[in-house]
Amino acid sequence: MNKSTKQAGAGSSGTSRRERTIDIVNKRLEKRYRNEKRFRLYGLLSIMASVAFLMFLLTSIVGNGYTAFLQTYIKLDVQLEQGMIDKENPGRSDFQGIIKQAIRAYYPEVNDRKERRELYALFSSGAAFQLRDAVLKDPALSGTTVSLWVLADDDVDMLMKGHIKRDVPESERRLNNRQLQWIGKLEAEKRIEKRFNTTFFTAGDSREPELAGIWGAVKGSFYTMLVTLALSFPIGIAAAVYLEEFAPKNLATDFIEVNINNLAAVPSIVFGLLGLAVFLNFFGMPRSTPLVGGIVLMLMTLPTIIIASRAALKAVPPSIREAALGVGSSKLQVVTSHVLPLALPGMLTGTIIGMAQALGETAPLLMIGMVAFIVDVPGGFTDPAAVMPVQIYLWADSPERAFVERTSAAIMVLLAFLISMNALAVVMRKRFERRW
Amino acid sequence: MQEVLKKKSGENRALAPRESRKTIGNINVQNPRMVCRNVNVFYDEKQAIRNVSIDIGRNEVLAMIGPSGCGKSTFLRCLNRMNDTIDSCHVTGEILFDGKNIYDASVDVVPLRAQIGMVFQKPNPFPKSIYENVAWAPKIHGIVESKSDADEIVESSLQKAGLWEEVKDRLDQPGTGLSGGQQQRLCIARAIAVSPEVILMDEPCSALDPIATAKIEDLIEELRTQYTIAIVTHSMQQASRVSQRTAFFHLGDLIEVGSTETIFTKPSHQLTEDYITGRYG
Repeated sequence: MNKSTKQAGAGSSGTSRRERTIDIVNKRLEKRYRNEKRFRLYGLLSIMASVAFLMFLLTSIVGNGYTAFLQTYIKLDVQLEQGMIDKENPGRSDFQGIIKQAIRAYYPEVNDRKERRELYALFSSGAAFQLRDAVLKDPALSGTTVSLWVLADDDVDMLMKGHIKRDVPESERRLNNRQLQWIGKLEAEKRIEKRFNTTFFTAGDSREPELAGIWGAVKGSFYTMLVTLALSFPIGIAAAVYLEEFAPKNLATDFIEVNINNLAAVPSIVFGLLGLAVFLNFFGMPRSTPLVGGIVLMLMTLPTIIIASRAALKAVPPSIREAALGVGSSKLQVVTSHVLPLALPGMLTGTIIGMAQALGETAPLLMIGMVAFIVDVPGGFTDPAAVMPVQIYLWADSPERAFVERTSAAIMVLLAFLISMNALAVVMRKRFERRW
Repeated sequence: MQEVLKKKSGENRALAPRESRKTIGNINVQNPRMVCRNVNVFYDEKQAIRNVSIDIGRNEVLAMIGPSGCGKSTFLRCLNRMNDTIDSCHVTGEILFDGKNIYDASVDVVPLRAQIGMVFQKPNPFPKSIYENVAWAPKIHGIVESKSDADEIVESSLQKAGLWEEVKDRLDQPGTGLSGGQQQRLCIARAIAVSPEVILMDEPCSALDPIATAKIEDLIEELRTQYTIAIVTHSMQQASRVSQRTAFFHLGDLIEVGSTETIFTKPSHQLTEDYITGRYG
């Protein structure tokens, strides 16, 4: 159709031809704008979809997890009579017994052995440790009556948070009617309340949900990341600089480049198997440790860092290199004085993205034994440790209801770390970025 | 000769294998600073420069003119081995500087480029302060040791480049923040900060406005008293204004060399005449 109009226009005079062109343009103009509008709509829709999914994820995690930041405590009056505390070695006194005695004193009507066991079950086994810490901190407490807020058992905690319903039949409840009654007494006397859960941020893993904390995993992740960063940053940058600035372009370097790109696509569990075979079995390094975990994650992070760094180096305008070479600088001086400072923001961004990836990595660490149940907070690179994603995996696997909210809370902590790392990347890029 | 022109202009610019054409005019000068003999440059198989021989005299400005793609920039970049950065490029023939072939295996390019400086087509100051732009090269060569030495070199180089008065109060500001003409003069200051013997200029004014161009041209005239300058230019007016000798390149051949006056008033080769009168190129 357009063709015929054009042909018709060709025969007429100059002015009418000009009108014709405008007509043709106008005719299509509407369609062009429609296309643009549609394209923008698609873009908007996809952004809205991703935002919706993100919001869904965040609300579900936060909704499940925020309760883990609170923990139910019970106020217990503990009579510390003279002689209960071992004078020579106060830490070795029978605190469990003292706590039980205090519980019995509060519920004098409970005499049956079975009932007593049910009664003791309302309190966390951590209560004895709390008492021990209090006494060790202040030995003068001996001989007095201490009012102590002790940890409640996770079932009580779940009841207080509404995850155990009081109105379901007794047989389907983890707390029986007697126990509910005892809790009712505590509630009536305002001896039970939810407080900020410091344990979660200071303790290592535990079989008891109320005693389990993320701190061990945070520290394990920290040491692991430190090893990864210390190894992968210098190695990655050096490899990228050499490949980009010094290496001759030949088959060998092409081969290396292809393989680096391949490595970036290798499933991470393969790196774990490699770590198991090489670092644990061949070199005999200790298993479950941040040292080995860090090395394995370094292998995984290296390709990312190298690829990002090479892209950053490529983006440095060649005119800067020529300028420096033109005044007689050596290649190394060109790189250190001009190319590296310009490429650094991109390299840092790549590194932090690689580190964030490594921080969230689970599969390779399972292979080198970091999936073990580790209660102690690691104190160094060769202590057995858990890392955050593995901790999440372990808690998600645990049957207790209280671990559900802890899983979500741990995810929140991990996300907070990831977000702050990415924010750091943005800040660094802005800070080091220079115009040329 | 007419026939040659027809044949050449009919030929596409991909330089097919052929004999080089003979250069018209006197390629020799008395007491030359650089001597180029039978220089051939190849990019892989493609030959970009054919058998070029020319002298560059002391304290003279040699202008290289020619249509786009004639190889004049390639030839200029051979003079301080900037072509080394291009992997596919290789050079045969001799380029003598201080009686030594600069392509000799024993020659180190680092000191060579300190003696033969370069100013590029597009102003390319380092993304650092004006001061650092000038002081960096003397620093890496160890020419300056103290801060006061560096200050002195920065001031004298900027003065020689005619930029001192404009920037003396803002030496700590980025060189990239200057105007195009100022940036190019900063690049000239950077080149002369290491006291080179020869300065190569690759179309230094092509990105500049007429006023900035005039300033650079005045500067070239002044620099001639101390340095040897080889300049590639697309502007025939510029060549006639700043140079003493002119070389006309065409499709990789050096067609004609002579004093600027002769080339622009009585060119011997038909191609030269066509080019300078604007009929070709």
